[in-house]
Amino acid sequence: MLSRVAESIYWMSRQVERAENLARFLEVTHNLILDQPEDLVDPWAPLIQVTADQKKFDERFKVMDVESVTHFLAFDDTYSNSMISNLWHARENARSVRESLSSETFEQLNEFYYFVRDSAASASQLSHTDFFDSVRRFAIRWTGVLDSTMSRNMGWHFANVGRLLERADKTSRILDVKYFNILPQLDDVGTAVDDLQWSALLSAISGFEPYRSMHRLIRVPTVVEFFLFNSTFPRSVLFCIDGACESLLKIGSMSSDDSDHHALELACELQVRLSSADVDEVLDQGMHEFIDKTQTDINDIGIAMNQDFFHSAVTT
Amino acid sequence: MSQQSQSQTQSAPHPQSALAGYDTGGFFDELVLQGGQSRPDSTALINLINGLAPGELFRRQNAIEKALYQMGITFTVYSDDAGTEKIMPFDILPRIVPSILWRHIDAGLRQRIKALNMFLSDIYSKQEIVNDGILPRELIDSAPTFLPQCMGLKPFNDVWCHVTGTDLVRDDTGAFYVLEDNLRCPSGASYVMQNRFLMKKNFPQAFQSSQVRPVNDYPARLYQMLREMAPPTVDDPKVVVLTPGMYNSAYYEHSFFAQQMGIELVEGRDLIVEKDFVYMRTTDGLQRVDMIYRRVDDIFLDPEVFRSDSMLGVAGLMRAYRAGNVSLANAPGTGVADDKVIYAYVPDMIEYYLGEKQILPNVPTYVCLREDEREHVLKNMDQLVIKAANESGGYGILIGPHATDAERKDFADQIRKNPRNFVAQPTLSLSRAPTVFGDKIEGRHVDLRPYILCGKDDVWVMPGGLTRVALRKGSLVVNSSQGGGSKDTWVSAEPGQTIAEV
Repeated sequence: MLSRVAESIYWMSRQVERAENLARFLEVTHNLILDQPEDLVDPWAPLIQVTADQKKFDERFKVMDVESVTHFLAFDDTYSNSMISNLWHARENARSVRESLSSETFEQLNEFYYFVRDSAASASQLSHTDFFDSVRRFAIRWTGVLDSTMSRNMGWHFANVGRLLERADKTSRILDVKYFNILPQLDDVGTAVDDLQWSALLSAISGFEPYRSMHRLIRVPTVVEFFLFNSTFPRSVLFCIDGACESLLKIGSMSSDDSDHHALELACELQVRLSSADVDEVLDQGMHEFIDKTQTDINDIGIAMNQDFFHSAVTT
Repeated sequence: MSQQSQSQTQSAPHPQSALAGYDTGGFFDELVLQGGQSRPDSTALINLINGLAPGELFRRQNAIEKALYQMGITFTVYSDDAGTEKIMPFDILPRIVPSILWRHIDAGLRQRIKALNMFLSDIYSKQEIVNDGILPRELIDSAPTFLPQCMGLKPFNDVWCHVTGTDLVRDDTGAFYVLEDNLRCPSGASYVMQNRFLMKKNFPQAFQSSQVRPVNDYPARLYQMLREMAPPTVDDPKVVVLTPGMYNSAYYEHSFFAQQMGIELVEGRDLIVEKDFVYMRTTDGLQRVDMIYRRVDDIFLDPEVFRSDSMLGVAGLMRAYRAGNVSLANAPGTGVADDKVIYAYVPDMIEYYLGEKQILPNVPTYVCLREDEREHVLKNMDQLVIKAANESGGYGILIGPHATDAERKDFADQIRKNPRNFVAQPTLSLSRAPTVFGDKIEGRHVDLRPYILCGKDDVWVMPGGLTRVALRKGSLVVNSSQGGGSKDTWVSAEPGQTIAEV
C-alpha cells in the first residue's frame, strides 16, 4: 500500500476518534454540572488545561464557561484541534484516499462533517444534549461502517491502529482530568454526589453499564482499573493497546519487507506493562505519573509508525 | 429508430404537465418535435413526464441533488475561495440519441481518432504532412502544445490518444459536428457513470422501456485497455492513476476511476524513477509501475524535461518512458492536435492518412492566419464565435452576437496582433433539450461528449457520453466552470445490441 495512503488513513481515523473524544469530554462535563452542587470546583478549566492550548483559548475568550469552552472545543474552525477542525482534516484525508476506502466510509464521514459544520452555524440555538447525542451516534455509525464495509486489508489495519492509539490516549486523559476534578473533594468520597460524578465519568467512555455489571459498587480502584487495565471493554486503555498490537502484527505479516517494525515492539512492551500493572500500586505511586508515562509510550508508538511505514516528516 | 418505440403510442400532455406549453423556440430539440409531439425514441420518457403529478419532477430533482452532495460528488471551482466544492448541476431529463444516428457518430469518431493518432506519430517523427504541404510548418513551429521533447517517441502500437472525449454539437437541422477533440486527459466520464446510476434509480420504468445501451462497463474497459497498452515485456502490469492531487478540479473523477478499477491513485510524490524504471513508495518499500493513466498535464509531468518547477510530476519519468519501461496514457505531446487552428486541418488529415472523406464534419472554421479569412472574421465579428487556439474550459472565447462592442474590439486587436492564435466559427444555433427549472420545463442548449478508448487493435466508443447543458437561458456555454450542468445520455439499442439492466 502507498505510504502516503497508509498515513492518510491512519490520520483520518485518529482525527475522527479525536473529534469523538472531544465530544465525550464536553458531554461528561455538561452532565457533571447538572448533577453537582453549585459551589463545586470549576469543571471547565481542566478541559482547556488538558489541551495545552490555554494561550489560544485566552486569545479568543475572556471567561471560561460553558459557552466559551464548548464553542472553542467543538465549533471553532480557527482552532486546529477543535472537533470541527479535526473532522475537516479527517474528511480532507479521506478525500485524498477515497479510492482506498469503501464508498460508505467516505459518505459517512462526509455526512458527519456536514452535521457538525451545520450545527456550528446555528450554535446559538443548539441544544447541547441533542448535539452531543447525535455526535455520539455519528461516531458509532462511523465505526460500524468502517468495520462492516471494509476488507481487513492493510488500509483497515492502519485505520484501526490510528483509532485505537487515539482512543487509548483519550481514555487515559478523561480519567486523568476528571480524577483531579473529583478526587480533591475528600469529604465527598462515598457520598451520593461522588457516586454521580464517577457514574458520569464512566458514561463518558460508554462504560457505565459494563462497569456496573462487572463491579456493581463504585469504588475508586475498580473504576481506575476499568479505565486502564480492563481487557474486555472496548474503550479501556489495555483493550485498545491489545487491538493495536494485533493490527500491527497483521500489517507486519502482510508485508514482504522483513525489516524490523519498531512500532509493534513498542506496542507490545506497553501491553505487557499495562497487563501486569497492579491498580493499588499505581494509586499509591501516583496515578497521574502512571498515565503520563502511558501517554508518552503511546506517542512513541505513533512516532515509530512514521519511521516504519510512512517515511515522512513527523506530524501530530 | 428502434422497433420498440414505434409500437408505443403517445398520450397527450396533461394540462398540468410540466411539458404543457413547452416551446422549442425554433431550435432543434432533442426530445420534442416542433408542435410538442415527442420524437419516436423519446415516447416512453415524454409519456412518463406527462403522467407525473405536479411537483413530482421538482421533488426528484431535489432528491438527486441532495444525493450528489452526500456522496461527495463534487468538483473544485478555481475562481471561488480556495477549495470550494460544488456539485455539478444535474438535470434529470435525459437526452436521447436514436440508434441510427449513433451508428453514424460511432463510425465518425473511430475514423477521426485513427487519423489523429497517425498525425501524432507523423508530426513527432518525419512530419510528412508538413513536408507534403498539407499543414503549414509555421503552425507547428508556433504551437505551444507541440513539444519538441517528444520528437522520436514511439508509443506502443502507435497509440498516442488512449482516452479521448470528443465534443459534438448539433445545429438547427439536427446535423452533428465535431467541435473539439480533447486529446489531453479529457474529464467527465465519471459523471456519465453517476448520472446513469441516478437515472436508473429515479426513472426505472422509462429507462427500461427506452431500450438504452449500457455505459457502466466503461471502467472495466478502461482498465483492460490500460493493461494491454503497458510495455509488452511485462506479464502482469501494474497500472496506476496519476493525479495532481485533491485540489484539482477533477479530483473526484481521478479517485472514482482508481476505485472502480481497483488500482492505486498516486501523486507525483508517491513515484520515483531509478535506473529508468518507475516505482511507487509503499509501506513495503518500492514497487514497480508499468502503466500510468496520468491526469497531470504534459508540462508538469517531468521537471527534468518540461517545467522544472513542477511539484506534480516525477523527475526522470520521460527517461523511463523513452526507454520503453513505462507507458503513459495519454502519451505526452497529444495537445498539438487540440490546437484550435490545427483542428481546422483534421478533415485534411483524414484524407491524407486514410484516403477517406470525413464522416463527422468539423464546424466550418476560419483560420485567421490566412489573410482572406482573417479579413472576413474581422468584418463579421458580430456573427461569429472567436476562439483562442489554446484555451479550454470555455475561456478565451468571444461569442460575437452576445458580446459588447468593447469586447469585440479587444478581440479584434488581439487577432491583428497574433493572427496565428485565433480561429472563428459561425454561431451555431445549438440544439436544445428540455431541462427542469422548478416546476417548469424549458429548452436549453446542449452538446455531447462521448468517450473513446484506443486499445491494441480496437477502438471503442462509449454508447452514450456526457451531455452538457448551458443552464443559463439563451447561453451557449456548457462548461461546468461557467454554469453548465449535465444530463444522462440514452443511446437507443438496435435489435441485437445489449441493453442496460436497471
